[in-house]
Amino acid sequence: MAEFNLPKNSRMTEGQKWPAISGATNTTEFRVYRWNPDDKANPRVDTYTVDRDDCGPMVLDALIWIKNKVDPTLTFRRSCREGICGSCAMNMDGKNGLACTTGIDECGAHKDGKAAKVAIYPLPHMPVIKDLVPDLTKFYAQHASIEPWLKTTTPRPEKEWKQSQDDREKLDGLYECILCACCSTSCPSYWWNGDRYLGPAVLLQAYRWLIDSRDEATGERLDNLEDPFRLYRCHTIMNCANACPKGLNPAKAIAEIKKMMVARQV
Amino acid sequence: MHNNSSMRTPLGHVRGLGSARSGTGHFWLQRVTAVANVILATAFVVIVLALVGKPYDAAMALLSHPVVALLMLLFVASGLIHMRLGMQTIIEDYVHGEGAKVLAVIANTFFTVAVGAASVFAILKIALGG
Repeated sequence: MAEFNLPKNSRMTEGQKWPAISGATNTTEFRVYRWNPDDKANPRVDTYTVDRDDCGPMVLDALIWIKNKVDPTLTFRRSCREGICGSCAMNMDGKNGLACTTGIDECGAHKDGKAAKVAIYPLPHMPVIKDLVPDLTKFYAQHASIEPWLKTTTPRPEKEWKQSQDDREKLDGLYECILCACCSTSCPSYWWNGDRYLGPAVLLQAYRWLIDSRDEATGERLDNLEDPFRLYRCHTIMNCANACPKGLNPAKAIAEIKKMMVARQV
Repeated sequence: MHNNSSMRTPLGHVRGLGSARSGTGHFWLQRVTAVANVILATAFVVIVLALVGKPYDAAMALLSHPVVALLMLLFVASGLIHMRLGMQTIIEDYVHGEGAKVLAVIANTFFTVAVGAASVFAILKIALGG
């Protein structure tokens, strides 16, 4: 059955409250999920007091500040700090997003327009490697399973595969996906059936190749998606569109795939 | 979940038994019966309202009218097909043990057929003058 309680060894405990840097007046409290595979303990929530006068405006700035100034053991992924690599995807104040493009004051309980308290967790319902680092192995394998590359039978032309401007426009709203997994890990259907349901990110990527006018494997791609679990677990809950930090709409892409499925039968 | 203890590759795990090459029929029939239910459920409500306060004989007379009986039969068929498809989706969503899932899917079909047979029998008995 669906899991309504966390397994015993996953239940949260209260962690350490780290002292504030002395002299800091403009502060925000960060409550951060911590779990270390080496110490065999349950996950805990540590509390850090971030000096906002000494720290940039984004959640990622605060996490880097904590790692540099308070607790070097805090573990998270980050790279580009400008919303294009997808590494710092995490759950902030109950909503998935990129730490580098989410302002600290956009989340948390507010006091005079400023965040007073911000909760930081890893992406939901994924195995945790350490602290805020989820194991995305299955997610990447699911992406590989839809064969995300141009498939053609026609001999390769001397120059490029041509595409009209109109056909190119069909890829807008799809090619921007950075595979950060914010959408898939916000989807309850993916939580309950992530083993077999491909999830919004991978299905949006699948549609990106289905709708590409240069691709010649559309039917084969549809065959591989036509499955009660791979595709039809989407119940248009729409958390995906709400979570996407790039403003994309995976639910619409999935609906378009379903329309293609019906179109070739009806 | 990706099982770390398994030595199978992640891609092999994800591909699993392959695509079922079905599901669109289920999806489409659920939408078609939904549209049918809008019309048939409205007719059903109108029929029930027409019976409010009426004596037994008047109810029997109305229900044995061919048009009314046909609407009732169609409503039962469309509603039950829709119910079974929807319930199957819920079972697939939430029941994860293979044994329990297969049993639930079978029970779902049995229940639907039993309710359908009883309803059709009742409607025909009235319509054809039981």
